Amino acid sequence: MSSNTPPNQTLANPQAPRWWLWLVDRVAAIPAHAWAVMLVLLVMPLVADDFFLFQIFGWTFILGIVALSLMFLAGYGGMVSLIQMSVAGLAGYMVALFGDSGTTISLGLPWWFVVPLAMVIATLFGSLVGLLAVRTEGIYTIMITLAMASAFYYFTRQNYTIFNGYTGFNLVLPPDLFGVNWREPVPFYYLTLVAAGLCFLLVTYVSRAPFGLALQGVRDNPRRMAALGFNVTAHRVAAYAFASALASVGGILLVWQNAQIAPGTAGIHATFDILIIAVIGGLSRPSGPFLGAFLFVLLSTFAPDVLRAIGASGERYKMLIGGIFLFVVFVSPDGLLGLWERWKAHLTRDDMARGKGETRP
Amino acid sequence: MREFARQHPVWSGIAIVVALFVIWAIFAPWPEGFEAIFGRKRVFLNAVFSGITLGALYFLVASGFTLIFGLMHNVNLAHGSLYLLGGYLGYEFAEWTGYWLLSFVLVFIVVGCVGMAMQVLVFRRLEGQELRQTLVTIGISVVAADLMLWAWGGSSYQVMSPDWLRGPMELPLIAGYGRDGELVYLRYPKVRIAILFAAIVIGIGIWMALNRTRIGMIIRAGVDDRDILGAMGIPISRVFLGVFAFGAGLAGIAGVVGGTFQSIAPGEDTRFLMASLVVVIVGGMGSLQGAAIGAVLIGLAEQLGSVYMPTYAVVLTFLIMAAVLAFRPQGLMGRRG
Repeated sequence: MSSNTPPNQTLANPQAPRWWLWLVDRVAAIPAHAWAVMLVLLVMPLVADDFFLFQIFGWTFILGIVALSLMFLAGYGGMVSLIQMSVAGLAGYMVALFGDSGTTISLGLPWWFVVPLAMVIATLFGSLVGLLAVRTEGIYTIMITLAMASAFYYFTRQNYTIFNGYTGFNLVLPPDLFGVNWREPVPFYYLTLVAAGLCFLLVTYVSRAPFGLALQGVRDNPRRMAALGFNVTAHRVAAYAFASALASVGGILLVWQNAQIAPGTAGIHATFDILIIAVIGGLSRPSGPFLGAFLFVLLSTFAPDVLRAIGASGERYKMLIGGIFLFVVFVSPDGLLGLWERWKAHLTRDDMARGKGETRP
Repeated sequence: MREFARQHPVWSGIAIVVALFVIWAIFAPWPEGFEAIFGRKRVFLNAVFSGITLGALYFLVASGFTLIFGLMHNVNLAHGSLYLLGGYLGYEFAEWTGYWLLSFVLVFIVVGCVGMAMQVLVFRRLEGQELRQTLVTIGISVVAADLMLWAWGGSSYQVMSPDWLRGPMELPLIAGYGRDGELVYLRYPKVRIAILFAAIVIGIGIWMALNRTRIGMIIRAGVDDRDILGAMGIPISRVFLGVFAFGAGLAGIAGVVGGTFQSIAPGEDTRFLMASLVVVIVGGMGSLQGAAIGAVLIGLAEQLGSVYMPTYAVVLTFLIMAAVLAFRPQGLMGRRG
């Protein structure tokens, strides 16, 4: 088998295992600018300070993961679900409840049991909401998931036996794996980077896998897909389950970053923030949410200082974010990525026009 | 209803028994053993009345929401902001003029104008793009919440009710037995009775306007098929404008009402947005009767829930919504389509 062949012949060898060929093809298909972004992100700890690594990039990756789950549902499934932040919040709450925290309610179970359990519970919750939401379509989905998200928020606020009410949980720390304190800026940066990278790859893979293609077919024409024998409801609910698993990853990282969780973490404003991030970035590809998250984090971190510097009140940064969101929705339905692409198309069109002009006698 | 009774004798029987039991529980004095299980009757009656009053308030907010949705298929997620704006403005007007009733008129006009501005500046430009319209309303609600926080700060306001509505009144409902064995009647704040009464009057008024007037006919036709209505020569954009202004004005009035019997503070906008969403989902999107039924159901569920199972009250609301979505996705009074 291939293990006997010398390494320099592996690529040319038609006997190489299929997964290896597949992998090589996939890696070769990565465009140059993606390599550049990856390189920059990997060496970021050399140049950025702790605040940037932990607060800006850590938070960007976490919000990006949650927004990515919304992007998956909205972009590939055509379902704008506002439940994603609640799913993330539930995963965070479950980590706090079953693991260790500064509250007596916590059960203190080991992390390798708690993390999968939290993901499973959050995924089940997300799928259940999906099961109810897919019975209706379009803007109804927004209404129903928003109603469920706010019900979740008010429930966490008034329930003391599971969610510890107003105060929530504090001192929720990541496990001390391999003797590393994962809340140190550099380890946390890499932890969130790897998680975000894996989620990004997973979404990219699923979007091209048979399931993702069928889901996009369901988005474009559910009746035709049903006539072709695809189970439309099952595809949609499965999309919710997948997106909820992604969101739960974000939620667990979020509770580790903040070291605490309270109702406001998954409140209605947080829900809207995720939607704003996904829409600003662009709902048509997986890189959009991360771009949107980066912009959102930069704005909400530095806008108060900038506003104060120009003489305005620093508390008005929410208005700024809302205004930018309104602007993006008005100008480009496809977010910043859409703007960028249209600009690129515009440039190429200019080139072509110019080229035509030159060749004409 | 008759068809249902003929086809489902068992369910009808159960419904009759439940209805009789509820009527008995409200009107008759409770025997001792019963009070031992369910607590005091006064608590129960108060929860029921608070639930119905809260339902009346929810109806005021949700009726505008459902009218706008039914006609324009636009989920106005800034509806809660209109409610909050109405509450703040009502407080200002009531302080300034000293007349509580006058503030309703002023708030209706001002918030109605805000709604008109939204319709002209925003929704007309994104005609037919329902998702983008909804996204825009989210942006508006974020900006509006921040603007109002700026203008009125984080403290809560209470609109003062006039003197003639202050204090309790006695209702002809038995709350229990007094110390000497005489019957004690339920005492309930006058202002809440007035709110309940006003909501019923407004509800009937809208229903009459929708079902008995020419404009109502146009609106109902628009709910069914707005394209054909436009093709028949009705100035549909003016109808949209009017309905949007009316729905926004109703939300504003509801804000004054809410500010009188509860209070007005940041965060109330999302609370009432959620309430309208749930009411409209339960009752059926675009249906006025559905909004009324849903509002009373959710109001009762919240109040009874907070009395009898304090930390799980929201679950009751959630379960009602989930049950409706599971068995009747179009809502109790909604139509498929």
